[in-house]
Amino acid sequence: MNQHSIAVDVDKVVKRYGSVTALHGVSMDIREGEFFTLLGPSGCGKTTLLRCIAGFEDVSEGSIRLHGEDIAPLPPHKRPVNTVFQQYALFPHMTVLENVAFGLLRRGWSAMDANGRAREVLALVQLSDFARRSPGQLSGGQQQRVALARALAPGPQVLLLDEPLSALDLKLRQAVRVELKQIQRETGIAFVFVTHDQEEALTMSDRIAVMSAGHVQQIGTPREIYEAPVNRFVADFIGETNLLEVEVGSVSDGMADIALPGGARLTCPAADGAQRGTGHLSIRPERITPAPAGAGSLQATVEDHVYLGTDIQLHMRLSDGEAMVVRMQNAAAAGIPERGTVLGLEVEAGAARLLAD
Amino acid sequence: MATTDLRRFTGFRAITILCLVVLYAPLVIVAVYSFNDSTSITRWGGFSFKWYADVFTGPDAPKFRAAAINSFTIAIGAATCATAIATAAAVAMNRAGRFRGKTASLALINLPLMVPEIVTAVASLIFFITIGFKTGLMTIFIAHIVFCIPFAYLPISARMQSIPDMYEQAAMDLYATPWEAFRLVLLPLMVPGILSGFLLAFIISLDDFLITNFVKGAGVETLPTAIFGSVKQGIKPNIMAISTLLLGVSVVFVTLSWIIGRAGQSKQ
Repeated sequence: MNQHSIAVDVDKVVKRYGSVTALHGVSMDIREGEFFTLLGPSGCGKTTLLRCIAGFEDVSEGSIRLHGEDIAPLPPHKRPVNTVFQQYALFPHMTVLENVAFGLLRRGWSAMDANGRAREVLALVQLSDFARRSPGQLSGGQQQRVALARALAPGPQVLLLDEPLSALDLKLRQAVRVELKQIQRETGIAFVFVTHDQEEALTMSDRIAVMSAGHVQQIGTPREIYEAPVNRFVADFIGETNLLEVEVGSVSDGMADIALPGGARLTCPAADGAQRGTGHLSIRPERITPAPAGAGSLQATVEDHVYLGTDIQLHMRLSDGEAMVVRMQNAAAAGIPERGTVLGLEVEAGAARLLAD
Repeated sequence: MATTDLRRFTGFRAITILCLVVLYAPLVIVAVYSFNDSTSITRWGGFSFKWYADVFTGPDAPKFRAAAINSFTIAIGAATCATAIATAAAVAMNRAGRFRGKTASLALINLPLMVPEIVTAVASLIFFITIGFKTGLMTIFIAHIVFCIPFAYLPISARMQSIPDMYEQAAMDLYATPWEAFRLVLLPLMVPGILSGFLLAFIISLDDFLITNFVKGAGVETLPTAIFGSVKQGIKPNIMAISTLLLGVSVVFVTLSWIIGRAGQSKQ
C-alpha cells in the first residue's frame, strides 16, 4: 500500500441505458481524504458515475470498490456513502434537525444521541439557530448547508456532491466554495464533487477528473490539468486557450520541435501520445508577451481589445489567418495597442504545449 | 397573446344563465321547499324546520336512521379499502418504472369509470348469484370498493406525480430501507392526495344508487335506495329535507377534498 490509501476504486466501469452508453470503461482512484472533482460538460457521464457510486444505478460492467470492498451487491441504503443532491432533497415535512438526524436514526442511534450529533453537525455548518425551522423557511444557501450537514452527520466514508452549488447565485457560490473546502479539510472525508464549472473545480479540488462523452480525458491536480492538458478537449474546456495547428518536426523525451505559423521554430513540452505530422499547440493567453513588431516568435495584427479591468484582452490575427487571444496586464505604463497595429508575440519557454490530438 | 374575454361573445350571458338554471334550479327548489311548512310539495306555506324534525323523529325516522347507518358504514369502509388499494396502485404506477402490463393495469384501475354503471350493476349481481354469495351489506360493500378505486386513485396518483423521486433516494442514501423510505418520507408527502382520494371515494360511495340497488338484497337499504323507496309511494316534503341534508354532506366533503388537494399542491 502506498502513502495514499484508496477510498474509492473505480475500475473500467461501463454503464449502458439500452442502446446508449453513458460510461465507456471509466477508471479512477479516489484517495482517502482528498477533494476529488468530476468535471465535464452536461451529458459527459459525471453524474451517472456519481449515481453508480451511491448505488442509484447499477454498473453494466466493471467494478466499484470502497476501501477495497466491491459494493456492487449493496443497495443504496447499505453503502457507507452519503450524497448532497443538486436540488438538496430536504424532507419538507421534517424540521432541519429531523432532517439531519434522519440518517443517524436509520443506523440505529438512540433519539438522544442522534439529536446531539445532529446539533454538532449543524454547528459545523453554522445553522444551530435553525434546528427547529422547516426547510421551506430557509434560503437557498441555508438549505444547501442543511443538505451538507444531513449527509455528513452519519460520518460517511465518502461524501458525494452532485453539483451542490449550481442552484446558488454567484456571490454565495464563491463564499460556499471556501466553506465547503474548509469543512472537507476539517472532516478529512474524501469528497467526490460533480460540477460543470471549471472555475469551481480548479479552486476547490485536490485532483480533477475531466470527463467528456463517457470517457475520462485526464486526471490530475488543478495545476496539471490547466498547465499540462493532454488533449484539445481538456485544453479548451479548462480556462481559455489558443489552439494553433502546427507542423511537428520531431517528438522525443516529452519535448517537441515545432514549426509555428510564420516559420519560427519552437521547442516545447509535448503531451504523451503526441506525434510528428500536423498537431495542435495550446498556448494560454496570459503566457504570451506582446513585443515590438519583428520580435518574438509570432507576428499578429490587433483586431480588437476587451478591457477587463485588471487585464486587457487583445483579439489578434496571425498572418495565416488564425485567431489568437492575448491577455496583457493593465500596467499603467503600457498603453492599449491600437487596432491594426502589428505586434510580435513572445511565447514563454514552457508556456506552449503540444497536445496528443 | 392576450387571453380572450369570453364575456364579449354574443349570447354568453344567456347561455350562462341557462346552464346555471338547468343545473342548479332543481337543487335550489328542493332546498327551499325542504323548509316549507305546508304538506304540499308545490305550495309555499311559510318557513319551518318541521320536515327536518320529521326526518329524525317522524314515522319514517327508524327506516331512514337504519339506512343512514348502513350508508355511512359502507362509505367509510369502502372508501378506506379503496384508498388503500389505490395508494398501492399509485406507488406501482409511479415508482416501479416500466413493467409488463402497466398500461393494462392502468386501464383496469380506471375501468369502472368507463363501463356503463347499469352494466356493472347487472354484472355484479349475476356474479354474486353465480358464486352463491348471499346479497346483503357485504355485497354492497364489495361492489362499492370496486367502483371507488378509480376515484381514490386519481388524486393520489396526481399527488405522487408531483413528488420527485429524489426524496426517496435521499432517504435510502441515508440508510433507510425501501420500506422505511416509503413509510417515513413518501407516505407523509402523499397524505394530502390520500385524504383527497378518501373523501372523494367516500362521497361516491355514499351517493351510489344504481349498483347498490341491484346488489343490496331484500330488506337492506342505504340512504339513496331508502329515499327512492319512499318516493315511489309519493313525494313527501321529508324527502326534500333528507335530500338537502345529503346534499350538504356531499358539498362539505367535496369541498374538503378540493381544499386538501390544493393545500398539498401549494406546499410543494
